[in-house]
Amino acid sequence: MSDAVLHGATLPARLPRVDYNEAVVRKFMIAAMFWAVVAFCVGCYLAAEMSWPAFNLGYEFTNFGRLRPVHTSAAIFAFGGSMLFGTAMYVVQRTCRARLFGGSALADFIFWGYQFFIVMAALSYVMGFSKSREYAEPEWHLDLWLTLIWVLFAVVFIGTLIKRAEPHIYVANWFYLAFILTVAVLHLGNNLTVPVSFWGAKSYALFSGTQDAMIQWWYGHNAVGFFLTAGFLGMMYYFIPKAANRPVYSYRLSIFHFWSLIFLYIWAGPHHLEYTALPDWTQTLGMAFSIMLWMPSWGGMINGLMTLSGAWDKLRTDPGLRFSVTAVGFYGMSTFEGPVMSIRPVNALSHYTDWGIGHVHSGSLGWVAFISFGALYYLIPVLWGRERMYSVKLISWHYWIATLGIVFYITSMWVAGIMEGLMWRAYDSQGFLQYSFIESIAAVHPFLVIRLVGGLCFLTGALLMAFNMIMTIIGPRPALNAMPQAAFVAGE
Amino acid sequence: MSDITKKPRFTHGTIERNAFILLVLALIAISIGGIVEIIPLFTIETTVEHVKGVRPYAPLELVGRNIYVREGCYLCHSQQIRSLRDEVERYGHFSLAAESMYDHPFQWGSKRIGPDLARVGGKYSNDWHYQHLQNPQALVPESLMPRYAFLATRPIQIDNIADHLRTNVIVGVPYTSEDIAHAQDDLLAQATPGADVTGLMQRYPKANLVPGNGRTPTELDALIAYLQVLGTMVDFADPSTENLQQ
Repeated sequence: MSDAVLHGATLPARLPRVDYNEAVVRKFMIAAMFWAVVAFCVGCYLAAEMSWPAFNLGYEFTNFGRLRPVHTSAAIFAFGGSMLFGTAMYVVQRTCRARLFGGSALADFIFWGYQFFIVMAALSYVMGFSKSREYAEPEWHLDLWLTLIWVLFAVVFIGTLIKRAEPHIYVANWFYLAFILTVAVLHLGNNLTVPVSFWGAKSYALFSGTQDAMIQWWYGHNAVGFFLTAGFLGMMYYFIPKAANRPVYSYRLSIFHFWSLIFLYIWAGPHHLEYTALPDWTQTLGMAFSIMLWMPSWGGMINGLMTLSGAWDKLRTDPGLRFSVTAVGFYGMSTFEGPVMSIRPVNALSHYTDWGIGHVHSGSLGWVAFISFGALYYLIPVLWGRERMYSVKLISWHYWIATLGIVFYITSMWVAGIMEGLMWRAYDSQGFLQYSFIESIAAVHPFLVIRLVGGLCFLTGALLMAFNMIMTIIGPRPALNAMPQAAFVAGE
Repeated sequence: MSDITKKPRFTHGTIERNAFILLVLALIAISIGGIVEIIPLFTIETTVEHVKGVRPYAPLELVGRNIYVREGCYLCHSQQIRSLRDEVERYGHFSLAAESMYDHPFQWGSKRIGPDLARVGGKYSNDWHYQHLQNPQALVPESLMPRYAFLATRPIQIDNIADHLRTNVIVGVPYTSEDIAHAQDDLLAQATPGADVTGLMQRYPKANLVPGNGRTPTELDALIAYLQVLGTMVDFADPSTENLQQ
């Protein structure tokens, strides 16, 4: 059954060439690389601020509270978003054997419109405009603009699916479709606000307190579930089979884990609100579904890893693929850690601590960024018509420096987080709380510095990659007859 | 598949061949969880049990709250004391749903780089807050908090405060027309020493008077007025149901 996704197998060897729109994909890939460096720089700066608060400088624009959304938005929406837009547009064309619906002007408008949103959002945070909803900070006028761009993106994607020349919709597109659809629903549901005036940015959230908290974490957790997971699983389902030159391991498993993943993820939000004023029944539902979510998550991991069956040797020769496979490993690790942290007694310890920050970064650095790097290293030579990257050795360097960075990051945050959790609940022999809050902050200082070192490693790796990308693009084009023959995988 | 002679009518292949069916089924799959978890929170009455003392924010407190939101204070300070023994002993009675019922948006937070602030009101003097916000390390050397000295020099915008109250009415905060009519006076009274505060205290009991020194209230004045009311509205001296329930 597993070869059912290999539509290519039943097709004649010579197909009419489709003139794909790759210009817009190239733009998104350059943007993704740029925003990755920006996001990691800001992240490192914030880590320095938390290690030595003098880095805040006392200016309103440089204070932690205003810069933090710049980091999260740059990482998730600018870097991650550009990767998702670009790869979705690439994959949907290739697997449907159809040029992007709507023409290149529309695709370009989506690109520039999205980049405009990112720049305006970042500027608005540092200038003091924020709805204070985590990962949805932009004020209402920017939300409306994003809605327009998102609808156009959905039109282009679904339009391409509809005009496809392939009988089946390839599995990567199911995930991209679920991502586009769900993020639209979440964005509309979470950003309902009433502006004070038509001419001002300030608005008040439509809901308050408990209900507002539930809606925000329904959004927040599913920003992770659909933006950072479903979308990037779409990437995994195209680029791993492609780079390994192997079909997806199990078609059945991809069906099972797709439907269970998108159904279960939506329920998991309340695990961000355990022991709070949110009713117990909601908290318990959130916890129970978070634990169930472990299974479909690992279904995806198994499907990704097992696709390498018979092609594991490629890991030695293709460091780009090494990124993708390590990404799936981190995906498995953080989707195991998540359900564990949602269990109430564990959550009592881990919530509000740096453990949560470590967990987020094992997912975002290990999974999201690594699967993106893998896709980029595959795509750059293809999109710019080069035989390979400028330097394969640099990819290897990037891989090891970045991996080392993640290890520094998540281990230091584990230690810091568990230490904070234990210090906050420690009692002395007299039955009094043993530590003041500030003692816990002083105690974790060394680990916050180690985290900064980890972040700097990761940033260094990204700079190597940016250099490699630039050199590949400005480097010489190979002679046409020396071009590698594209492999026949995943419906092409 | 070749041994199957009778083709089943609806298989996963049907979904894979039709973008519309795929879209609709995915929409159904992602809707159920949200509907089940969110809608009952608006319909089950005990979700937010009304509690004596919880009132809308005074105009100056509301301005301060907007500064708290703007500066991203929620990124380091939670406002939600969990029902755990150590948290209750460290910060006070665990947070009640009603205590954030007028919070548009909520400020429960997700990470503590500083302590929880749900009941910080009254814990420190106004003077302490003035010094601490301008230079936290002067009072708490190990603190990681940025300096907010710039708030002390910036006057708040006063003329549109009634619009802010009106917008809050739209989203469900029960400001009366009298509250809106007096918004500007109440705002100034709370930050002007010697001002007549009878109306203010009647409309907003337990409002903390900040020493505005006769000048236009600054953003720092407003922020401190907000911090000083946090967690003080409900009287927990006798936390029995009879005493708390409205």
